[in-house]
Amino acid sequence: MKLRIIVTLKNGVLDPQGKAIQHALGGLGFEGVDDVRAGKIFELDVADSTSDAAIDEMCRKLLANTVIENYRIERQSPPA
Amino acid sequence: MKTAVIVFPGSNCDRDIAVALESVTGRKPEMVWHGESELPSGLGLIALPGGFSYGDYLRCGAIAARSPVVKAVVEAAGRGVPVLGICNGFQILTETGLLPGALMRNAGLNFVCRDVPLTVETSQSIFTAGYDAGESIVIPVAHHDGNYFADAATLDEIEGEGRVAFRYAAEVNGSSRRIAGLLNKAGNVLGMMPHPERRIEAAHGGTDGRRLFEGLLEAVA
Repeated sequence: MKLRIIVTLKNGVLDPQGKAIQHALGGLGFEGVDDVRAGKIFELDVADSTSDAAIDEMCRKLLANTVIENYRIERQSPPA
Repeated sequence: MKTAVIVFPGSNCDRDIAVALESVTGRKPEMVWHGESELPSGLGLIALPGGFSYGDYLRCGAIAARSPVVKAVVEAAGRGVPVLGICNGFQILTETGLLPGALMRNAGLNFVCRDVPLTVETSQSIFTAGYDAGESIVIPVAHHDGNYFADAATLDEIEGEGRVAFRYAAEVNGSSRRIAGLLNKAGNVLGMMPHPERRIEAAHGGTDGRRLFEGLLEAVA
């Protein structure tokens, strides 16, 4: 089973890297970029028997730091 | 006093802290590799050194915080054994949950490597017993991710409980309320971004760091 875990900074947590990227976009002449937030994506290939609870635990215990980050789990639909 | 220094792949201040500890305690610390699941017995201090454990992969300190030896460190901290995390060690302590909050990329995005003035916020801890509250000291920093973050409620709680050990006297990295060093509730765990082990003899430009170790030695004697 293929999973995609998307980790993003929580609202209210300052993101200096996102700010630098935003400025770089402005420097390239792209106008109207009001905000940029940088995050991470993990692509996991796990056994089909892996429970939702185990996947959630992977996120909470390691992939995301829930003090500063939120996470979202996306399941890639199996081939028909 | 018997001490231990935990060594991770990518630690680079493990020898500095070992020299500092030997100089102050008169005894070579035990160097404990990250894969060990048990710590030596009778430790008076466990030090988590600075560096770039596991290449800072995922998040600074994240992988180290899940290593076998750190599980033993967390258990020892729970029993009241003093634990000092410096720089990457502070990042590891927040990742374990022994200390609240997180250390993020410096607000200015630059790696900051220089001597910084700190204010000692409390002398009421085993780690700061060698200083006077309100005193100004100089300790070097060298980090890219020292921007301390915690939500407002957590910050108020930390401040209310007198758990800020050191504060930057001027802006350094964007840290919430300029927090440079933080104690746990019980007072036996200290995490700090500045490097006291790099200020232990006159040749280092000062001995303000040495007083942390001397004060600790006296406080736990």
